Parts: sequence; C-alpha cells; structure tokens
Amino acid sequence: MLGFFIRRLLSAIVVLWLAASITFVLMRSIRGGPFTSEKAGSEKAIAAKMERFHLDGSLWEQYSAYMRALATFDLGDSTKYLDWRVSELLAQKMPTSLTLGMVSFIIASIGGVLLGAVSALWRDTWVDRVAMIGALVAISVPTFVTGPLLIAVVALWLGWLPVGGWGTVHQLVLPSICLAAPYVAYVARLMRNSLLDVLQSDFLRTAKAKGLRDGQALIRHAMKVAILPVVTFLGPLAAHLLTGSMVVESVFNISGAGSIFVNSIQNHDVFLLGGAVIVYCVLLQLFNLVVDVLYGVLDKRIRVYG
Amino acid sequence: MAEVASPTALSQPGGWTILRRSRVSMLALWFLVGLVFVAVLVPPFLPDELKLTSKDSLLPPGAACSASEGVIYLCGTDLNGHDLFYRLLTGAQVSLGVGFVGALLSLFVGTLYGMISGFAGGRIDAFMMRVLDVLYSVPRILFIMIFIAALGPYLTDWLDAARLWAQGHGWTTMEDLMVTAIRYSRIIIMVICLGLVEWLTMARIVRGQVLVLREMTFVTAARAMGQSNPAILRLHLLPNLATVVLTYLTLTIPAVILDESFLSFLGLGIDDPAASWGSLLKDGAQVINPLDSKWWLLFFPATLMSITLLALNFLGDGLRDAFDPRSRSR
Repeated sequence: MLGFFIRRLLSAIVVLWLAASITFVLMRSIRGGPFTSEKAGSEKAIAAKMERFHLDGSLWEQYSAYMRALATFDLGDSTKYLDWRVSELLAQKMPTSLTLGMVSFIIASIGGVLLGAVSALWRDTWVDRVAMIGALVAISVPTFVTGPLLIAVVALWLGWLPVGGWGTVHQLVLPSICLAAPYVAYVARLMRNSLLDVLQSDFLRTAKAKGLRDGQALIRHAMKVAILPVVTFLGPLAAHLLTGSMVVESVFNISGAGSIFVNSIQNHDVFLLGGAVIVYCVLLQLFNLVVDVLYGVLDKRIRVYG
Repeated sequence: MAEVASPTALSQPGGWTILRRSRVSMLALWFLVGLVFVAVLVPPFLPDELKLTSKDSLLPPGAACSASEGVIYLCGTDLNGHDLFYRLLTGAQVSLGVGFVGALLSLFVGTLYGMISGFAGGRIDAFMMRVLDVLYSVPRILFIMIFIAALGPYLTDWLDAARLWAQGHGWTTMEDLMVTAIRYSRIIIMVICLGLVEWLTMARIVRGQVLVLREMTFVTAARAMGQSNPAILRLHLLPNLATVVLTYLTLTIPAVILDESFLSFLGLGIDDPAASWGSLLKDGAQVINPLDSKWWLLFFPATLMSITLLALNFLGDGLRDAFDPRSRSR
C-alpha cells in the first residue's frame, strides 16, 4: 500500500513537471513577449521588466529559473497584473470554478447513476427509450447552446432565476445544470450498459436460483458491481467539468478560473497560465488517487497497484 | 499468401443489414449526406451580394436586401450585415471539415497506438495503457489552446517558406496551394492539434479488440507459417478492426466538432472573416438580451449544429449496435 502511494506520488510529479515544462516552453516560444504590446514601454523599460521576471537570457536559463522557483512552491508573479502574485490571483478565482465544478460533479454522478439504473431496470419500456434519447440529445447539444437557451427560457421568459453572476445559491442553479447535463447523459449510458451486463451475468443467475428475490436485495447486489465502470469514469469526468466550466462561466458571466486561461494566453502571461495549469493538474492527480483507492475498496478483486 | 480469415464472432455478415434496418440511423445518414451536399454545392450559386459585409445590419429572417432587388435574407443578417444563411453553410464546411479531418487524424494515431499496445502485450502494454490513463486525466483542451497559440505562427511561416521555395522552382500549382493553405493556416493548426488529442478512446477500443484477435487461431496459424509481426498486424488484424474503427470514427467526429466550436466560442479558434458554427454561436450569444432579442443569430446555428451532432451520434450508435459484438445483445 505504501509502495502504491510512493509510485503514484512519483508519477504525479512527473506529470506536473511535464505539464509545467510544456506550458512554459510553448508560451515562451510564442512570438512577442508579455510586454511588447504596452504603449509606454521603451525598449529599456521592457528589458528591465523582462529581467525582473527572469525572462531575459536563453530559453534554458529562463526555464531553469522557473523550475527552481516551482521547486520551492513559488508560482511567481503575474506579468499582466503587476504587483499580483499568481497564487493570489488563483486563490481569488479558483473557489468559484471549483464550487461550480463540484456541484455539477454531484449532479452528474448521482443523477447519471439513478437515470441509468432506472433505464436498465425498465429496459425496452418507454421510460428507457425516453431516457436514452434524452441522453443522446443532452450529449449532442453543446453547453453554449443549452446555456443561452436556459437563460432565455428560465431567466428571461419565466423569470424564475437570475440571468447570471455569482454569489447566491439561486445564481448557482442554471450554470451547474448546464454544465452537468451532458455528463449526466454520459454516466447514465455507462450505468445502463453496465447494469444490463451484470443483470445477465452468471453470479446473479446463481443468486436468483438460490432464492434471492427481485427487488431491493437484487438491486443492491447488482448495483455494487455495475457501478465500477462509472467509478473509472469519475477521473475523466472531473477533468471535463473543470475545463467545461470555461464556456459556462463565459455564458453566465461568472468570473472564475476559465477567464484566466483565455486571458493569460492572449496576454502572454506565462506565469499565471503555468500556475493555473499546475493547479488544475494537481487537483486532477489528487482526485484520480482518491478514485483509484475507492475502486480498490469497492472491488476486492482489484489489488491497488501503480 | 495467407488469406484474411474472418472470425465469425467479430464480423458477422448481418452488420450492414442491421444498420439498414435501423430507421433512425438511416435517417441520420441521409441528413448528413444531404447537409454535406448543400454545404458544398449551394454557396457558389448564391447571389454575390450575400457573401460580403453590407449595411443591412441585424435584419430579421426574410428581410429584403437593400443592395439588389428580389434578394432576401433567408435567415437574417448579423452585426456586419453578413447573410446568416450563407455563413451557416460556409460555417458547416469549416465545422464538418475540421471534424472529419481531425477525426481521421485521431483514428490514425489511435489505431496505431492501440495495435502496438495490444499486440506487444505484457510490460509494454501495461506501460502504454498507464500513459493513456495519465493523458485521460489531463485537461487536454487547455493544452490545445496553448498549442494553437504557440504553434500557429510557426505553421504560417513554414507554409510561407514552402511557397517561396515553390516560387523559386516555378511550381505554380504548389505555390497556389500554399497561398490557399496560408489563408486557412488557423484551421489547419486546429485540425492538427485536435486530431492529435482526441485519439485516446480510439486507442483503448482498438487495443481491446487486438487483445481478443491476437489469440485467434488464424493469427497463430499465420505465425506458425513464419509471417512477421508487421505482416500479421497489417494483413490479419487491420481488416478485422475496420468496422470497430469506422464506428468510433463516427463517434469521434462530433467530439472534434464540439472541441472546435468550444475553442471558437471562447475566441481562440476560427475568427472573422471565416466562420464556423462555434464562432457564429459566439456572435449570437453576445447579442442576447431581454429587450430586443436577435433570436435568429442564436436559433439557426444552434439548431443546425445540435441536429448535426445528434445525427452523427445516432449514426455512431447504430453502427456500434450493428458491428460491436459486445453491444449486440442490447
């Protein structure tokens, strides 16, 4: 078990190192630096700024300076918002995106499992058909279509919920539904197929032959196995929700981490972008570790390995 | 030469029949074929007034064009006076083109990766699958954004160098080709980046199939006859993978189209004067307000895009039901 954690930690460090390196090297090879577009900047002033951020010298020197800073958990300063540390900017914006992501995650996983289970149990009835066609529609309609649609109908026409913004529970409802919708559908399809497989499997037939009645006990028996593929999907799901929230934030006018990515790419803000990428990757690595451990707990046949 | 044996369990002859019997899949297929034809054939025949910016800004559908008699805007106009109908069709060319070529690219990478991993087996397989797991958990779309921003200008430079080189050698065809390519370099870099990212599921599916196939007797027979590994992969495994690959190609196209529109919606993909469904939706979402709704700017691109993605997904599901032995029972 300890060996497993050490191996996972090492692989996580490799992933983070790669992500940070790729981001830094690519951002530094974009034509035009972070300060070239500024009007007042004479060449001397730009050079001074570049020196302050350790962005002068060869690419290798810049890269090793950045890596040395990262090794001491220092994400650096923003080159766009002067006098702001990257960690401060992220601490301000990340909670919004994380809250939105977390609520959507709960909706997607629980809603999807329930919907998929209902579809499988009432297989080939109208309930199943409606649910599965609905799921395909939800997967096919992009969030930047459902978003404005929800705003137009629920917020503007019916006037039940606010159009956008952030801060109250009411403002959380539409964005999280919008973000979760396609993934409710993914999880539901996964759950339905997996439960159908299990319901046809030998061990359940044996259990039935031994006298286990349909109903609660059977469902609990089958669900425990059928949920495993859904658990493996939770890691990618978290990754999708984190990035997917970019569009949802822009549609609902929420100032979260999504704008950091778009803006810092356009502003050549190397350190802010690098910091955001690192934080995202750390979160996802942590999350995947949790999922793997959970998987081991749920399925005794799987020995947790690296 | 050894013939291509087809294991009955994997490529049942009934596949196409099952597909043809599925009414929804056929409807989806005909819709897609029709859309491609309309998107390619109709724009050249539209009146020229509709193809340019005009002073007819934000007119509703059915309004008459001020520049010439008898021309109406079928789907209204946008802020710059572009005819939305024309832009929808050219946008369809871009979106469908990006989706198809990107998916083809991902098919190539994914099939290669999956075949090598599954056929090699053992430690190599375990390592390659671990790499895949790690890639799954990385926010890939972020890296696409960075790749596009960083590599786009270099592609343009490189294409321009190729153009000058062709000019120096007097190869006018290639020069013209490069001029066109430079104009579309933004789209090209997007296709490449998206294609190189969306191959993960394909690799996993192909690997699973190869694991089954390589234990089949016809593979053992081929090996006993002394065929080399590359020959076995090419002659015996690849043909048997064709239908699975086709199915996931159909399901990858909507994924790539979604990615493209995602980027364009955020302003990092296709931009004016070119249009894709994503960039049209971005324009539409910007003008949404309760007092004076320009509904057509959102309604038409959203509907067309959603129906297209739905058709692709229906067709993909139909193909999977028809050809994937595992989903046959459902």
